[in-house]
Amino acid sequence: MTEICLTRDQKLDLYYWMRLTRTLDEMAVALWKQGRGVGGMFSQRGHEAISVGTGYALGPADVVAPMHRDHGCYMLRGLTPRRIMGNLLGRATGVSRGRDANMHGVGDLNFNLIGFISHLPQSLPVALGAAVSFLYRNEPRVAMTYIGDGSTSEGLFHETLNLAAVLHAPYILIVENNQYAYSTPLPQQMKVEHIADRAAAYGIPGVIVDGNDVEAVYAITKEYIERARAGGGPALIEAKTMRMMGHAIHDGAEYVPRDLLAEWEKRDPVVTYETRLMADGVADEVEIDEIKQRCTVEITDAIQYAENSPFPDPSTVEEGVYAP
Amino acid sequence: MTQVGTNFGFSDAEQQADESRQLTYIAAISEALREEMERDSNVLLMGEDIGGSFGGAFKVTKGFEEQFGARRVMNMPMAELGFVGMATGMAFMGLRPVIEMQFADFITTAFDSIVQYAATNFYRWQGAVPWVIRAPSDGGLRSGPFHSQNPEAWFAHAPGLKVVTPATPADAKGLLIAAIRDNNPVIYFEAKPLYRSLKGYVPPGEYVVPIGKAHLARSGDDLSIIAYGAQVREALAAAERLAEAGIGADVLDLRTVKPLDTEAILTTARKTGKVLVVHSASQLLGVGAEVASLIADQAFEWLDAPVRRLGGLDVPIPFSPTLEDAYRPSAEKIYQIAKELAEF
Repeated sequence: MTEICLTRDQKLDLYYWMRLTRTLDEMAVALWKQGRGVGGMFSQRGHEAISVGTGYALGPADVVAPMHRDHGCYMLRGLTPRRIMGNLLGRATGVSRGRDANMHGVGDLNFNLIGFISHLPQSLPVALGAAVSFLYRNEPRVAMTYIGDGSTSEGLFHETLNLAAVLHAPYILIVENNQYAYSTPLPQQMKVEHIADRAAAYGIPGVIVDGNDVEAVYAITKEYIERARAGGGPALIEAKTMRMMGHAIHDGAEYVPRDLLAEWEKRDPVVTYETRLMADGVADEVEIDEIKQRCTVEITDAIQYAENSPFPDPSTVEEGVYAP
Repeated sequence: MTQVGTNFGFSDAEQQADESRQLTYIAAISEALREEMERDSNVLLMGEDIGGSFGGAFKVTKGFEEQFGARRVMNMPMAELGFVGMATGMAFMGLRPVIEMQFADFITTAFDSIVQYAATNFYRWQGAVPWVIRAPSDGGLRSGPFHSQNPEAWFAHAPGLKVVTPATPADAKGLLIAAIRDNNPVIYFEAKPLYRSLKGYVPPGEYVVPIGKAHLARSGDDLSIIAYGAQVREALAAAERLAEAGIGADVLDLRTVKPLDTEAILTTARKTGKVLVVHSASQLLGVGAEVASLIADQAFEWLDAPVRRLGGLDVPIPFSPTLEDAYRPSAEKIYQIAKELAEF
């Protein structure tokens, strides 16, 4: 494995984006509990190191299709908390102008960002198409996308990885293995211990990383992105973590054993990184507090902005189905 | 059984000017693809068995890999759901993929990629999806339940898609060029029964038939037959016989199923007051129901008879000739219903 040395600024950056993701999440959960939310909402809790570590490894011209637990990646690509919050609250100022729910419909090609749909593995071939276009035009760019453990049971997982391998595309698939697909635990989803093992069936590398260790996630993603950029072909990265809340805000996840959650709580990706930065002397408590404060200000502003934004004009409901 | 069609809207002089421009329906498709690929390097082909010396199950792309290279004539593994999704990502990056679905029947394997992802995308976050799926459809060729289907209504029901159904060689070229240049996902249902059995004048060079515009293929005062795809030829044959019986029929070729040319439909309905809608796809809950409903809503006062429909039966498309003929609309069946309608 290539040695990846992060500078102090980069480490603080990783922490900032994870903390921003966590703050957005906690404040959004609070909004929904207060009855100020619209529709559903998917908590990111537990996924911050994956969405930030992987997103941070992309170059500006690379294309990414994140999913519903990747707020960190969306923000790293340049979507502001204001536009995200506007989307969560169904406002005209949201990315989808009130057309699509929660984090769905959050795509913006100006940021090389492709939106996903509820049929999760659908992003897999679409991101592959972006990668194939780079081959077509001989551009040194990479495409990356994400799915959870559950969607690896869909046929499209197989179709896409086979296509990616055959086409030798610059393509990275991140599997966010959070142990549960809605209420279904892994043993009822598959009989292999590691999803990464499935990569062998397509003749591509499959690697496992601790999904709660942001530096490890960044390092391995960076390594395979650069490998793909250099013509090395696709790879599957399985990041193991735990979904710390329900499938969505409505779901209390009573089906998840409490002691399992308690175990994973000790490995919280944001808190452990914060502790590590302080222990390693990268940042002191004052600096950490400053970052936390900054995140709270940004998200408070985003919520205010979104709540003050108008809902879309109902007379526009039939507009924009077709591209001009 | 090659037959030369009616004039398809071109003057005799135009057609006779260049005998070499009499092309089969399938040759017109190949010509449109070749010319668009020569014009725009972003246009590329994807599909199963389309490359090499084989050139596709129906040979539409024979010689294409030789001319354009494997990079632009992408022979795909058997993974329709995957490669249609891939085409969407390529389209996001500015390419214009034209997918050959080997048979329209197999398009169901890619349904999610088409109706859930590609169709809805522009409305959701304004990412345009300019691809085309060529879907060889329709039957009468004794090919059984899985090589004979007309699934256009499923796609017409999905917001965000355009659905075109050329009935003539000229439209096969002109609508395909329009579909390739359109910035939305377009399903192009080509009629297999017309491939090599229908020949007609095809204009040279850039010939674009606008999506959403119907064409009055024949004019008459007593009743209207509205059809599309392979049934236009049947309708024209029926109209010929009706004329011998002293009955004049408008034959309106819809050309596009979505968006429907409502103005052209209402114009012919108001003109004759008697309408028969025909398509090869199942009659039950088919495109004809929408056309009939439109006429009932907006041309009721002009009607002199109930709007009639003729489509396939509500059964899987049977294989054996006697059964398939019983299943499928034909010039003879159109003639019988039209005659009843005229006498109503």
